[in-house]
Amino acid sequence: MRLSDRAKDVSDKNMSFAERIYLPAIATGLGVTIKHFFKKKVTIQYPEVQRPVSPNFRGLHVLKRDDEGRERCTACGLCALSCPAEAISMVAEERKKGEEHLYREEKYAAVYEINMLRCIFCGFCEEACPKQAIYLQSDKMAPAFYGREEVIYGKDRLLESKDKTRPTDGPKRRLTATDTYIDPIAVGYNRQLKK
Amino acid sequence: MEQTQAPELHKVTIDGKEVMVAPGTSILQAARAIGGELVPPAMCYYKPLKASGGKCRACLVKVAAGSAKDPRPMPKLVASCITPVQDGMVVENITNPEVLETRKGIVEFLLINHPLDCPVCDQAGECDLQNFAFSHGAQTTRYEEDRRVFDKIDIGPYIQLHMTRCILCYRCVFTADQITNQRVHGVLKRGDAAEIGTYIANSIDNDFSGNVIDVCPVGALTDKTFRFKQRVWFTKPVDAHRDCPTCSGKVTLWYRGDEVLRTTARKNEWNEVEEWICNTCRFEKKRTSDWVIEGPRKVDAGSVIGANHYLNGTQQASFPIRVAQEGYKQIDDLPVDVRTGQLSPTAHPEKVQKTIGPSAPHLADPSTLQHR
Repeated sequence: MRLSDRAKDVSDKNMSFAERIYLPAIATGLGVTIKHFFKKKVTIQYPEVQRPVSPNFRGLHVLKRDDEGRERCTACGLCALSCPAEAISMVAEERKKGEEHLYREEKYAAVYEINMLRCIFCGFCEEACPKQAIYLQSDKMAPAFYGREEVIYGKDRLLESKDKTRPTDGPKRRLTATDTYIDPIAVGYNRQLKK
Repeated sequence: MEQTQAPELHKVTIDGKEVMVAPGTSILQAARAIGGELVPPAMCYYKPLKASGGKCRACLVKVAAGSAKDPRPMPKLVASCITPVQDGMVVENITNPEVLETRKGIVEFLLINHPLDCPVCDQAGECDLQNFAFSHGAQTTRYEEDRRVFDKIDIGPYIQLHMTRCILCYRCVFTADQITNQRVHGVLKRGDAAEIGTYIANSIDNDFSGNVIDVCPVGALTDKTFRFKQRVWFTKPVDAHRDCPTCSGKVTLWYRGDEVLRTTARKNEWNEVEEWICNTCRFEKKRTSDWVIEGPRKVDAGSVIGANHYLNGTQQASFPIRVAQEGYKQIDDLPVDVRTGQLSPTAHPEKVQKTIGPSAPHLADPSTLQHR
């Protein structure tokens, strides 16, 4: 039974001279390779180069500040309640006298953690938040990681800074001696994605 | 109240459901005897406290017929918590649109000066006002003016007073009056400026003063030892007791992991305290070893406290099922009723013959169907 027409009959007949010297076959193979040098690339150098995403893409979370630079989050726990993956946990604390410029409400999140391994980026936390404190950025994905301890994002990596710049992409990659990783920027392969 | 010895019980009809209650029972209690959706909400009425009720107007109902002898309707909506029943009384609660519309207005009035700081408030999740507004109120506020503010006063190491959240139900005043022998707080001033206070800076330190936290329907009086520790829906209620020299010692412990975060009195389904507990039990015994654990507390399936837990009594969505059953239609092109296996009366026999063909004569012939 033939499943497709692409099967080839195998025979054990002797190869001709041209086949035996292999050179034409090598040249044909090299031709295929060289042809691909001039074709458009299908791969990109992620994460240095990133593909464009939809404007409502749900990427890495950010904890926002208000116009006066105070943290908006009041640790009400509604994001954690709505989270279907139970990725969010927090510890609330009472705002002390003299901290009014730091926190918007009487109560604030002293610890706010999102486990990016659990998170499914559904955006329910953003929807549940009554204080417009948490958003999923449309232009930043959660970066890859090498250790599990890097995956739990605390306030240091979620909260935007006072001048409203967003936090950095987490820790630098840690390369080990066994890694055979080539830095694409150093080698000069960094090409911007052509749109 | 011994209902069996009363010679005649009064028949009350609430939202079409009849119940026999003893004379002198309030409409609210009669509705609670029936239970379910038709029970009016109560913000200030508290059964264990004498003279409570009649202030918040949340429980207003329409009396469509005053009694069997005088079946005229009452001209205005009445507060069901303080109106006694009469024989043959007909009460409309959720079936009357006027009542629901009025409740919407009551919610709006109660929320006029309420700060709506539920994300901060420790009462959120077990707050009567939150439940009331959720089930009866409008979704948005029309109020744009400044809400009233108060100077914060310290009323002791255990109880936190948030006067802005208070709805002046007087429950805490009645509690201090009726279960302690020295009341040091009360409602000061009048009208819009009325506030709960101690007048002279005074701490409320009576041994049973902690009960005002339990009776407070909103977050005006909260537990300082539980302040901002955890949201109530992340804590697990467990019944426990201890041998207490001053009170019954029967409490509910609220756990997060192995840690007792809070101790409260046990409350019934109407959020009313079953037995008052003392401050030692409430504020000082926060180790599992202090208590004898009885078992997990039953949580109402609709309660937010049951969120994130998989319960046996998970509520089925009754409304869509009912709608689907009412709207069920037998479709003509199916010759056989899928539910009964009977031949559909609307299907033409020739059509059946044509559709099914001679290979299935037992389906085409109604007489064979009868035997199957």
